[in-house]
Amino acid sequence: MANILTYAEHLNGEITDASLELIALARRLASSTGGNVEAAIIGPGASALADQLGGADTILVGESDALGEFNPQGHTAVFTGLIASRQPDIILVPYTSVGMDVASVAAAASNLPLVSYCLSVGADGGLSGTCQLYGGKVEVDVEVDGDKAIFAMLSGCASADEGRVGGAGNVEPIEVSIPELGITFLSLSEPEGGDVDITAEEVLIAIGRGIESEDNITEAQELADAIGAALAASRPIIDQGWLPKTRQVGKSGLSVKPKIYLALGISGAPEHLEGMRDSATIIAVNSDPQAPIFGVAHYGWVGDLFDFMPELTERIEG
Amino acid sequence: MKIAVLMRAVPDPVEELEIDGEDLDRDFLGFVLNEFDDHALEEAILLKEEVGGSVSAYAIGTADEVEQMLHTAIAKGADDARMLGKDLDALDAHAQAEAFSDALGGCDYDLVLSGVQASDELDGQVTMLVAAELGHLHMSVVVSVTPDGDGLKVTKEYWSGITADYRVSLPAVLGVQTAREAPRYVAVARIRQAQESGALESVDMGQPDPRGRIHITEMRLPDVGEGAEMIEGDEEVAAEKVYEILSSAGVV
Repeated sequence: MANILTYAEHLNGEITDASLELIALARRLASSTGGNVEAAIIGPGASALADQLGGADTILVGESDALGEFNPQGHTAVFTGLIASRQPDIILVPYTSVGMDVASVAAAASNLPLVSYCLSVGADGGLSGTCQLYGGKVEVDVEVDGDKAIFAMLSGCASADEGRVGGAGNVEPIEVSIPELGITFLSLSEPEGGDVDITAEEVLIAIGRGIESEDNITEAQELADAIGAALAASRPIIDQGWLPKTRQVGKSGLSVKPKIYLALGISGAPEHLEGMRDSATIIAVNSDPQAPIFGVAHYGWVGDLFDFMPELTERIEG
Repeated sequence: MKIAVLMRAVPDPVEELEIDGEDLDRDFLGFVLNEFDDHALEEAILLKEEVGGSVSAYAIGTADEVEQMLHTAIAKGADDARMLGKDLDALDAHAQAEAFSDALGGCDYDLVLSGVQASDELDGQVTMLVAAELGHLHMSVVVSVTPDGDGLKVTKEYWSGITADYRVSLPAVLGVQTAREAPRYVAVARIRQAQESGALESVDMGQPDPRGRIHITEMRLPDVGEGAEMIEGDEEVAAEKVYEILSSAGVV
């Protein structure tokens, strides 16, 4: 029997899909191992959100106004305390901006192994997992020493809809013991609008690391202009300052679902795929035949994007 | 402000990877600086330029790439650098964190910056594990660090472009995703000067065992072509096929 504890993250009064995926995954694991599922929700407004976590057998609510919104120090301390008091066998944390602050430090404080970049968890005859490394280019199966571990789960590990069960059964308020906080939450900011709303575009030409330099963006822009499409990009291009943040597709950028998504020189790290995999038609051009982008694309061509771009531009312009 | 930057060499993300048993075939694999660590270095140098102090760069390994990474850090503005002499390939995230923490211990840094993640961190994020080892405050996915009295104002990114500002006391360990400015370029001549400056120190340390308590039982390349209909032929064939797809979707 394996008891499971999941971390339910919430921001701005909403529980994230990543957290609901964990509930679905936990339910599945519990049905095969016969354990209980407990979901922890911590922070201001936690009580009001508990009824969205009905997929769990018990919802542990750590209501606290003192934490402000998410507080890496405070939330991690409370969650670590829960691991100590509830002694779960499997702890599921989303591999997100919030989960990244919680998982490693809680694992270290609890002296538990941590399996990161995790896609699936096994609990038959010892704990195991399947993980993605090197930007999704490699998959590994792992076994964990001991019978307890934390798993930091990638988005898409289960269905959020499956985990979205209303009507909290057993809600249990927990004592929130917060250390003296050296981190203070100040304010939350929504993204500013840009010149182009890439979430509303019918066709996106998305460029990645393969574009190599800022000067080469001109060629991609010419192709986009020929089609009447907007230019989007993966994170490395935005981080270099070559395109504005409003053009970023992926986990830390925007989620898009255009009619056509043409990915040029994008390898397809999990963080990028999260933001575009629901596009109606995905076409990928990459020089690496093993690029993970081909796993979600409908059409793919292995080759040099600098040969491809002018050829397609010319074909469209006639 | 006394700042340390932790840098890691990772397989070049644009290279094709090959597998040898339960590990990558590393014989012909190119290694580059983890891009998030490059942003951490940039943020550290920006902070030093604003408030003064020092930046020390640390990296694990003995390969030429590691030495080059640290010389580049000096050329960009780090005051000194330490190369921790261990076999990086044999270290998991926990062992890397322990090596970094041992090297940082007793140096009283106000701030430790490193990349929010690296592509090979199977058993946890090195940066956050270092925070745990040192017992410092921690925050990841950081996109801005600016001075604020005797502490820092730190911006953390959540998702969909939502960010939050925090006030963070020192000492702290921050996992940087993006610096406020793109990492600066540095001329080769400056790197050569750095090589001759004597600011890089090699530190001989014992080799710790992997500490993550996770064992890889199988490593494989994912079946990536599963869903895609692959277009065979040269760029002319590919462009014609994509044109047909665009045309049948009614967008050209």
